[in-house]
Amino acid sequence: MVVSTYSENKTAEESSDHMSANKGSKKSLAYQTKDLNLWYGTDHALKNINLDINEREVTAIIGPSGCGKSTFIKTLNRMVELIPVVKISGDILYRERSILDKSYKVEDLRTNVGMVFQKPNPFPKSIYENIAYGPKIHGIRNKKVLDEIVEKSLRGAAIWDEVKDRLNENAYGLSGGQQQRLCIARCLAIEPDVILMDEPTSALDPISTLKVEQLVQELKKEYSIIIVTHNMQQAARISDKTAFFLNGEVVEFDDTNKIFSTPSDQRTEDYITGRFG
Amino acid sequence: MKYVDTNQVQKKMTSRLLTNRIAKTLFLLATLFGLLVLVVLIYRVVAQSLGWIDFDFLNNRLSTNAERAGIKGAIMGTLWLMLVVAPVTLILGVGTAIYLEEYAKKGRLQAFIQMNISNLAGVPSIVFGILGLTIFVRGLNLGAVVLAGGFTMALLVLPVVVVASQEAIRAVPQFLREASYGMGATKWQTIKNVVLPAALPGILTGVILALSRAIGETAPLVVIGIPAFIIPLPEGLLDKFTVMPLQIYYWTIDSALVDEYANLAAATIVVLLLVLFIMNSIAVLIRNKFQRRF
Repeated sequence: MVVSTYSENKTAEESSDHMSANKGSKKSLAYQTKDLNLWYGTDHALKNINLDINEREVTAIIGPSGCGKSTFIKTLNRMVELIPVVKISGDILYRERSILDKSYKVEDLRTNVGMVFQKPNPFPKSIYENIAYGPKIHGIRNKKVLDEIVEKSLRGAAIWDEVKDRLNENAYGLSGGQQQRLCIARCLAIEPDVILMDEPTSALDPISTLKVEQLVQELKKEYSIIIVTHNMQQAARISDKTAFFLNGEVVEFDDTNKIFSTPSDQRTEDYITGRFG
Repeated sequence: MKYVDTNQVQKKMTSRLLTNRIAKTLFLLATLFGLLVLVVLIYRVVAQSLGWIDFDFLNNRLSTNAERAGIKGAIMGTLWLMLVVAPVTLILGVGTAIYLEEYAKKGRLQAFIQMNISNLAGVPSIVFGILGLTIFVRGLNLGAVVLAGGFTMALLVLPVVVVASQEAIRAVPQFLREASYGMGATKWQTIKNVVLPAALPGILTGVILALSRAIGETAPLVVIGIPAFIIPLPEGLLDKFTVMPLQIYYWTIDSALVDEYANLAAATIVVLLLVLFIMNSIAVLIRNKFQRRF
């Protein structure tokens, strides 16, 4: 029951095999934001964001520091609410249901929408316990099932071979890059639908970054991925769609190829050619 | 033109260096003074207790006969007291800390509670004695028993535990909470599985230091009416009892009548100091072992 996503694997891979920009329209939407506005106190951090985010694609959010890209991604799983002075207007639909609706339990949302953070943040527990944490808080106690989830998640995050012999060692003994892939594995363990990544490689060296990027390419066959990055080459390499944020607004949102070859807004062009940022 | 006159600098050099040395000596003396007093104190106490601390002293009950008097009653009383103080402070103190740090909205109410906890820590211990006397001894009609003394002491050291636990909880990095919330954990699951395990060493350190303060406190117990002389050992929460510092207090007063009581008091002080020293060492050990894990 828990390990059910494998049965859907095939269809996921088939559809992604001949995936192209024009076939994207057949996909259903993972997220839809409608006139989303967000204030930190009096600071207007997000302004009228209207984005349609497809499932099983990588959507990159780029923009200079302080443009609201991190705020935006944290709004998608309502993590932004941990900051007490936040005010939101407009709407966010996840799978056609408003997540700002009072009846939408935030715990439920975050079970479907996993998150990987900027800095690797494993728990000070064993590798095994890190992965088993999510399933355990959702009530899975069966040791055999947990073992399977741990192995499947670690394999899914391409780190199984590196850690399979030391599952009971503390996760803090891993390198930064391994820790980040462990965090991705931990996120996979709750079998999410969407994975939010907030600058997941900004604290990693180039080789670890490459591994995470390859992993993202694998993961998008099964998951919808929204990734914030300040690295434009990364966005160009791994994403299908790119949104360019500036001062809390979406300047341009289009196919990544288009954004990086023929952007329609001068500001986008200035940013991606490195004239500011 | 140069502003700094080399000759002038040379002339002043000697006196500047002298002032420097005087300052250093003064501060060293200030430090040594406290140290010296402590050494004299410990020397006097240890000298007076020599020959009085043996197995019989630890294992005998109280007696008017100085040769046969022991502090088993006081030791048992202290243990029983801790049996009440430890769980009460742990539950109330950690509970308060969790509420203030994790649940309470940062606002006026939170600031008001916080201020009053700090104030509570500054209230003289004798005032807590009067509180204990009014509420537990007379109000609940418990009498001067272990339970009443334990509750009184628990209230006295509660602020210490609350503040130490708050600091320990605050020191748990936010990114660990985020990781837990990010997987759909509830607040309580996050606290139970992530925050408390990470904060536990700090909390335990605070609790041990609070207990060692409770072990040494005297005034509140005098006020709630712990008897000066009690032979039966406490065997339950509703038994009358005495504790080591009180035994020291009464023996010191009565040493005007019987000279040997001064030796008994000194011997008890040595035992009490040893207990406190061990407890504080454990607290330091825990702190050092778990420091800076993130």
